[in-house]
Amino acid sequence: MRKEVLIGGFGGQGVILASVILGRAAAVYEGLHAVQTQAYGPESRGGASRAEVVISDEPIDYPKALAPDYAILLSQQAYEKYLPLVKKGGFVIVEKDLVPNRNKELEKNFKVFAVPLTEIAEETTGLSLTMNILTLGLLVKLTGIVSEGSIEKAVLDSVPKGTENINLRALKKGFELGEKLLKGEI
Amino acid sequence: MRYPFPVGAADFIQGDEAIARAAILAGCRFYAGYPITPASEIFEAMSLYMPLVDGVSIQMEDEIGSIAAVIGASWAGAKAMTATSGPGFSLMMENLGYAVMTETPLVLVNVQRSGPSTGQPTLAAQGDVMQAIWGTHGDHSLIVLTPATVQEAFDMTIRAFNLAEKYRTPVILLTDAEVGHMRERVYAPNPDELELVYRKLPVNEEEAKYPFGDVHGDLVPPMPIFGKGYRTYVTGLTHDERGRPKTVEAEVHEKLIKRIVAKIENNKKDIVDYETYELDDAEIVLISFGIVARSAMRAVKELRKEGIKAGLLKLNVVWPFDFELIEKIAENAERMYVAEMNLGQLYHLVKEGANGKAEVGLISRIGGEVHTPGEIVERIKNDLR
Repeated sequence: MRKEVLIGGFGGQGVILASVILGRAAAVYEGLHAVQTQAYGPESRGGASRAEVVISDEPIDYPKALAPDYAILLSQQAYEKYLPLVKKGGFVIVEKDLVPNRNKELEKNFKVFAVPLTEIAEETTGLSLTMNILTLGLLVKLTGIVSEGSIEKAVLDSVPKGTENINLRALKKGFELGEKLLKGEI
Repeated sequence: MRYPFPVGAADFIQGDEAIARAAILAGCRFYAGYPITPASEIFEAMSLYMPLVDGVSIQMEDEIGSIAAVIGASWAGAKAMTATSGPGFSLMMENLGYAVMTETPLVLVNVQRSGPSTGQPTLAAQGDVMQAIWGTHGDHSLIVLTPATVQEAFDMTIRAFNLAEKYRTPVILLTDAEVGHMRERVYAPNPDELELVYRKLPVNEEEAKYPFGDVHGDLVPPMPIFGKGYRTYVTGLTHDERGRPKTVEAEVHEKLIKRIVAKIENNKKDIVDYETYELDDAEIVLISFGIVARSAMRAVKELRKEGIKAGLLKLNVVWPFDFELIEKIAENAERMYVAEMNLGQLYHLVKEGANGKAEVGLISRIGGEVHTPGEIVERIKNDLR
């Protein structure tokens, strides 16, 4: 079982941290093999940012995504660049407000969940930058790539001290959102 | 001893971080460095951890000073390490030779990036293979290890210290920006699960007289430690068994250099390490090391699925080089390919090893991206057409 996740957005959205937390949940709390790799522009804010996580129950040979099973696309640029790479039938989470121009024809190949992630994060915690953690919750609920318990532990390991409660709230909102999407309530 | 990171447990960390932690577990208590992408995270981790284990981590004025400090620390009895990348590695070449000549155990990590010069600082390459082996001037031998995963970066760092201490030699851990920056699951053993090697010390005044003599018949002289009561002279000039400069006597030079080379080359079987995959009946043999070996492994799986009998030889040590192993594999192969992120370096060693018994091709890639398994597969299928 090799599963590939690609997260694309811009610097400051927490793309890299989200990928590290996901890899950690798999590697440390589920005993799976996991590789996290990243590429980002020279700017620490605003430049394009991309991270990949490969998770498998066997040792991982090629460490990068060949055709992602799951993609999280958080900017128009990331959407245009990475949507065509996603495996047919793959899950795609789109930051609705940041991707105004969608390719509905191409999207037919995937299961696409377009949600105003940043806005919901801000409503939930008062901090738009908890969007990455909320999105992880959503991904875990939609795909079951790791358990909810494992991702929760990995979030607690990785976020700055004093922000645990806020981040857990964001994560749980992600779970809740995922559940509603799966039931077709949104 | 309490460690400032988890031991006896798995963690999810970068290759650079794994190298720092493994060095500390191997007993390294002195680090000197100068920050450089993509090796800076090793320095960062050392700066954080060393004070917590009663060790020293120091920023030097440049890479020349860094390796010089490491050599000094080693003579003062510490297991010592430095880490750098391309431009810094070039600056370290002279003192690397000094470490070879003075038989100083140390570990030098090169997290390779694209060169020459400052090149592509953030991107991976394997362009320093020949430099690692032959970059310092003069006849010599040393040891070069090449990890492909973060776990291997961890394990090979410990092995690098063990080999450095056992053979009283500098050991180069030749990794790259991909392995250095990727995060993977790493199991750090409990210290009591580790087998650590420590250099031989002179046991009496008599032995201490010959810090550069083959007093035990194993080519590795016992190493006196500064401040322990022995008078020792250490020089990069050609020296006799007592360490005294003897710069015009051919026989002294020949004896010294041949022993320094022989202590590595004669122990090739102990030092060389490799893994094979699907090699037994392979007609097409891929040879690779470091990060590219993982693409090559995947390529072998895909080629097998298409009915092409491919196999992989993954080298964990690129020097000393097992030319005989390559020739043996070449005898049973139709074609061999070296996949590496440079314009052909290991390729030349493999070609020499193959000794005409099989055709050797180069699958080269430069520019910072690792070969995809697909491009290796395509190249081989094209050649077979």
